[in-house]
Amino acid sequence: MIAAAPIATPAVDLWAIAPIIALVATGVGLVLIRALLRRNQAVTPVCFSVAVVGLLVAAGLLARQWHRVRDDGPIVSLADMVRVDPFAVFLGIVIVAATLAGLLLAYAYLRREDLEAPEYFALLLLSAAGMLMMTTANDLVVVFVALEVLSIPLYVLVAFDRRRLRSQEAGLKYFVLGAFSSAVFLYGIALVYGATGTTSLSGIATFLAGNTLFEQTTLLVGLGLLLVGLGFKVAAVPFHMWTPDVYQGAPTPVTAFMAAATKAAAFAAVLRIVLTAFPQYRDDWRPILWVLAALSMLVGAVAALVQNDVKRTLAYSSIAHAGYILMGVYAASSRGREAALLYLLVYAFMAIGAFAVVMIAAPGPDDAKHSYDDYRGLAVRRPVLGGLLIFFVLAQAGVPLTSGFVGKLELFGSVAQAGETSDYVLLVIGVLSAVIAFAFYLRIAWTLVTAPDDDTAVAAAYSTRPRRVDGWTGIVLAGAAALTLVVGVLPGTFIHFARDAVFF
Amino acid sequence: MTLAALEITSSYYLVLAAMVFTIGAVGVLTRRNVLVMFMCVELMLNAVNLSFVAFARALDDVTGQVIVFFVLVVAAAEVAVGLAIIVAIFRRRRHATADDLRALRG
Repeated sequence: MIAAAPIATPAVDLWAIAPIIALVATGVGLVLIRALLRRNQAVTPVCFSVAVVGLLVAAGLLARQWHRVRDDGPIVSLADMVRVDPFAVFLGIVIVAATLAGLLLAYAYLRREDLEAPEYFALLLLSAAGMLMMTTANDLVVVFVALEVLSIPLYVLVAFDRRRLRSQEAGLKYFVLGAFSSAVFLYGIALVYGATGTTSLSGIATFLAGNTLFEQTTLLVGLGLLLVGLGFKVAAVPFHMWTPDVYQGAPTPVTAFMAAATKAAAFAAVLRIVLTAFPQYRDDWRPILWVLAALSMLVGAVAALVQNDVKRTLAYSSIAHAGYILMGVYAASSRGREAALLYLLVYAFMAIGAFAVVMIAAPGPDDAKHSYDDYRGLAVRRPVLGGLLIFFVLAQAGVPLTSGFVGKLELFGSVAQAGETSDYVLLVIGVLSAVIAFAFYLRIAWTLVTAPDDDTAVAAAYSTRPRRVDGWTGIVLAGAAALTLVVGVLPGTFIHFARDAVFF
Repeated sequence: MTLAALEITSSYYLVLAAMVFTIGAVGVLTRRNVLVMFMCVELMLNAVNLSFVAFARALDDVTGQVIVFFVLVVAAAEVAVGLAIIVAIFRRRRHATADDLRALRG
């Protein structure tokens, strides 16, 4: 007779996943409130307030975790599947801040576009929960589940504008390519699992350190597929095709959220997987990252140059920025990691600020008019709004005294530090890309300060009543601008913050 | 030689999985009908499931089989959202092929 062996259950430290629980609970609670207050007029403000409170709770929990993991070392829980370390908490804070911005921007936007639906808030929080899960994931299966938990609500958010075909088209494109890339990523997990017998990141590293593989093809193909899958999510060339369409078609608050938060979450997975699971194979993955970084920087900058749509230009610029951050991953040093983390933080606020202005400034009702002609003379008509957009694009270009300059300097420095010929070639490509990028950022700025040529355009521009900046959007704009400026003028604190956060 | 003498090892399943995955991937990239592209993604996911089970068998480790359940759940959630988006577009357009979706260009 077989004695029933007790089933060993792993220790669960709820404290480690408390921020994720807070976001999921709020998201599910919102759906419930929505169902209970179906006919009540106040349902949207109530849901909005609950969502803000939930996010603030998550932010508070992350702040407490930060001190604990920085001083006492990482918390590893749930059978080694979750690892809360300074790296995860840092990116978690970036993600929660970006989610808060996505939430505040949406409040007035949804009313204006006649889309008022509390489901937006719930989807946003659930997506953010998946992103937090991704930052703490220490197992490829958890990375996959987190990838889907963050992506599936995003597909809906991108297609959220039911009346605008472009939004739905963007949602469908994002969905098909997102599902395709997750399947590729999953096949990568399967091959790595087949080669090493485990999916735990630390387990893979231990196995590879202790064993010499009889044949490496399975593992290397698996690693390659993992990078392809994540390349889609970070929007690195040649896996970037969806980015301009989706960024342009999605409702603008969703675009801001995607540019800031999805990028942070996806880079969390890239950094953690290549650096903790495959450190022995750095000579194999570094050339791949070199190519991805170089192509992203060049293609992103050159393609942005020929766009006629401000939202699309910013989308291509986000591809170039992904290339810059990939340089930090390519450096494969703690300096590179620090630079990548700092850049993810500063890029989040530059992107949110720029898209927040785009959200308000576009004329017309449908969030569809974003061509350069629609923006002509904006800084003359509305100096504050136009000035802010100029400030944010110049920050993205990396003008001194803005956060973009500090971020780029750190990234270029981390690559230069390695000091091999291929590093210098990448550095030259990076600088070249930054110079090309300067051209289209200046083109945006120039468009904003020049008045329209003909009188009809002037009349048209002035005939539409300018959109009022509501309080929540004002807070987001002020916060993003303040952070972009403060990091640029006094970078010390933030560099230390990022330096504390490099530890896995 | 009788058929029974032929031993089917797990590598047969892995090769089959790789072929099905490739068929699915090529399908997503070349077919124009959104529903067919969608079915090809499912084909890819199921090919991965097959290789997970084959690896689990070869490694004598249950993890691979457990992962399959996660993948099934995720695929079901994805189907729900994907079909909802397709239906939303279909209501406006009466048909759904990738060539019709070209408002976004640049």
